[in-house]
Amino acid sequence: MMRSLTTPTPKRLRDLIREIRSARTAADERGVVQKECAAIRESFRDQDNTYRCRNLAKLLYIHMLGYPAHFGQLECLKLIASPKFTDKRIGYLGAMLLLDERQDVHLLVTNSLKNDLSHQTQYIQSLALCTLGSICSTEMSRDLAGEIEKMIKSSNAYVKKKAILSAFCIIRKVPDLMEMFIPATRTLLNEKNHGVLLTSVCLITEMCERSPDTLHHFRKTVPQLVRILKNLIMAGYSPEHDVSGVSDPFLQAKILRLLRILGKNDTEASETMNDILAQVATNTDTSKNVGHAILYEIVLTIMGIQSEAGLRVLAVNILGRFLLNNDKNIRYVALNTLLRVVQADYNAVQRHRTTIVDCLKDPDISIRKRAMELSFALVNTGNVRGMMKELLHFLETCDPEFKADVSSNIILVAEKHSPNKRWHIDTIVKVLTTAGNYVQDDMVSLLIQLIAETTSLHGYTVKTMFEQLQCDITQQPLTQVATWCIGEYGEQLLLDQPDEEEPMQFTEEEVVIVLEKVLTNNNSTEVTKEYCITAIMKLSSRFRTSMGRIKKLIEYYSTSVNVELQQRSVEYTSVFTKFDHMRSALLEQMPLIEKSRSKNMLSNEDEGMGNEMDLFNSEKPGGGDVGIKLLDTAKQSTQQSTHQTEGQNILDLLGDLGPSPVIPINPGPSKSAGANDLLDLLGDVANAASGNPVNNMVPAPNHNLMDSLLGATTPSAQMNGGTTGLETLTAFNKNGLLIEFMCERDEAQDHIITVNVKATNSTATSMADFVFQAAVPKSFQLQLLSPSSNVIPPMNDGAVTQVIKLNNPQKQPIRMRIKVSYVQNGNAIADTGEMNSFPKLLWE
Amino acid sequence: MMQFMLLFSRQGKLRLQKWYTAHTDKAKKKITRELITLVLARKPKMCSFLEWKDLKIVYKRYASLYFCCAIEPEDNELLTLEVIHRYVELLDKYFGSVCELDIIFNFEKAYFMLDELLLGGEVQDTSKKNVLKAIAAQDLLQEESEEPKGILEEMGFTSSS
Repeated sequence: MMRSLTTPTPKRLRDLIREIRSARTAADERGVVQKECAAIRESFRDQDNTYRCRNLAKLLYIHMLGYPAHFGQLECLKLIASPKFTDKRIGYLGAMLLLDERQDVHLLVTNSLKNDLSHQTQYIQSLALCTLGSICSTEMSRDLAGEIEKMIKSSNAYVKKKAILSAFCIIRKVPDLMEMFIPATRTLLNEKNHGVLLTSVCLITEMCERSPDTLHHFRKTVPQLVRILKNLIMAGYSPEHDVSGVSDPFLQAKILRLLRILGKNDTEASETMNDILAQVATNTDTSKNVGHAILYEIVLTIMGIQSEAGLRVLAVNILGRFLLNNDKNIRYVALNTLLRVVQADYNAVQRHRTTIVDCLKDPDISIRKRAMELSFALVNTGNVRGMMKELLHFLETCDPEFKADVSSNIILVAEKHSPNKRWHIDTIVKVLTTAGNYVQDDMVSLLIQLIAETTSLHGYTVKTMFEQLQCDITQQPLTQVATWCIGEYGEQLLLDQPDEEEPMQFTEEEVVIVLEKVLTNNNSTEVTKEYCITAIMKLSSRFRTSMGRIKKLIEYYSTSVNVELQQRSVEYTSVFTKFDHMRSALLEQMPLIEKSRSKNMLSNEDEGMGNEMDLFNSEKPGGGDVGIKLLDTAKQSTQQSTHQTEGQNILDLLGDLGPSPVIPINPGPSKSAGANDLLDLLGDVANAASGNPVNNMVPAPNHNLMDSLLGATTPSAQMNGGTTGLETLTAFNKNGLLIEFMCERDEAQDHIITVNVKATNSTATSMADFVFQAAVPKSFQLQLLSPSSNVIPPMNDGAVTQVIKLNNPQKQPIRMRIKVSYVQNGNAIADTGEMNSFPKLLWE
Repeated sequence: MMQFMLLFSRQGKLRLQKWYTAHTDKAKKKITRELITLVLARKPKMCSFLEWKDLKIVYKRYASLYFCCAIEPEDNELLTLEVIHRYVELLDKYFGSVCELDIIFNFEKAYFMLDELLLGGEVQDTSKKNVLKAIAAQDLLQEESEEPKGILEEMGFTSSS
């Protein structure tokens, strides 16, 4: 009474809620809440017992709105300790909402819980049990398990059922406390009260799932559980436990789940329950959701135990019926479950194929997704034609987010089950035209592989592809595959094949026009253009009358800003000029990639493709990731660094094809790897190994291949090929920055020296704005080409490369000053060095 | 086992939260926000279930209020809809055609009801009558405790079963 004179009576909960709800803006609401929180805090500080309960209730409302309320934690404990039921009720509610198990106040709660668990009022016991079930921590479980065990034995069903569920929570939290509850649990199934039965089954299920011993122990309760279930479905209508004509579905479902666990891998237990499962399956009223909930549980149990074959078919048929239900939830559950059982009961599921396929048209996206997964699981050699028709239709109409997945899956499934090659190729074309740009990049390489393998249909394929390309050049995957085909088999476009139903024949001009369109189209990606320029190059050896146009097209890109295109253009142009005599040999068809590789591709898990992919990717110009990496040395991966360093050398050489350099084939253990890399890179321009499986290539022929390619190599040069300048020189090595020179002297013009600069970074952070400069005495001329990048990745994970061209007309000893600068961790670093240790071989 | 239950309005306002597994306050807020956005974005044609992390989300809309539960992979989502429905029925009986406002202004009572239906994320009684009886008895007990001279003892010893 005295208090109310000094402080005004706190606002009522109802009034606070009204006030907060009438706040017009978020800021208003914040204002109201802050003001109220201040008042509540003050009241808490004043140890106001009269209004603590009201204040905490208000705080709980504020907490739900998302405001901090931790300062109410201790007040909860005070209320719990109060003798008044209202206080306890709100106090425990607050504890459940405001405390989580990591709070220090937990110890205090544990004491209060202990007291209240043995309270004489069952509703206070109930509050304590409920709180335990909500926030029980490990320590709390250990401290209170004994009390709970006693309460399970209580004759009061109200307390008993709650104690059983508290035990369930304790076991989930601390599984090793399970032992102490087992004796008390044994007799629980004899109870009549549904609440007690339900919670007991729940507890036993948890125990059986946690320990095989307990599972074994409770197996003998199967007949008892069967009896309870039987009573449930046989007994007449009981309004108390009826839900839409199903007798206590909650209990039924729990028992069915426990039976599933007990019957798993146990023939005897499974046999005991076979009959009742069939009975429940046939007697359940399925006019409402609840009946389906029971049937769903039954199906899971039948599928989970060693049930009779007839019963399993019954289960799958139940799911089949689910699929026809108007309720989307039931359809969803059915598809989900069918997906789980399709492997074990393939034929039974197969019978519902039509219904499943119909679900591809379901208005619910999640159902369509399940139906799609299931449809793919059901495709086999027998139904592939029909299923594919549906799936292609689905691909056409489905949501964009599915398209990539669906197209990849169709391609894989077609590969697995195709009835013939012609069908297979047609399907691929349909996927490419339907899914367009949604087709994933890895599928492009897979398709090229498939097409290459189908030798008998090259003519047909290239014509079909070309036809599609004539209609639409904007779909990148289609365009890439089509241009590749045209490059490889372009000559077949010109042939008239009499055995075709609709003879197709094209002129060279038509073909070149389309390719030109692809190459110049703004929508074509760089990769597509790369495919295209190579295709055009290849056509130069297959076409006769369009040479002029082809040359012009290729030359046009010698100044492209796209380095890759430019490089190709320059390389190809030099093939026309310097190596024209061997052009047709260079541009022969790609050899087949071994089948085993394609299998690897099919089963790829993203990893493990590493080196094998190399070969495959580089086969198609610049297509795959690895192919690009090889060409873009800055992105070089550590895993392949040794492998690729050699590739790099060669690449640099190829880049300088003009001055006819020496081939850097390192003798030694890495020889064959080097040879393969050579082949990789040259795959674009040359392949003298036609017919030979690529990976069986012995290094020797590669030498020959290279020799003839470069023409200028004399036997003597070959002999000292390793000494002409292949040594790697360290030009700079400081603070983790390593700059190496690889120098080569031009054989034809021996005053020209090419220095390949390679900068790597062994520190943990990248070096940005990297600039390398070099200076030489006046008698030299130096040309510094642009670097591959200005960032050196950390941990030697890639390098920046740069080429220096030196003209040394007076054949003076080479001396060089170098200057480097870069930014690391925000610090600008600059340094200089001198390089005087060039081998004499370079100028003498 | 149900891991948590959230009630929220069509406007995304949280009306009730019940957690049966331990999370920090921060994590609870994050999960709540995420699920509210996720569920409100669902179209009416879509089914009531979605997979979320390693849990299954079951939700159902009653008038302006969404009831959203997270259950474990082995749990029966169709039956969870029945649990939600049972809870709504109980609230309806208790408040007399319940609406969102009832739950806003009497949120603590909505919690009390839920705690008589579920414990530790599992259904504790399948009889609506028993649940309502327990709530009525406790409400009475509360009224009496407000008036110190009540007949508390009598109620305290009454067994409900």
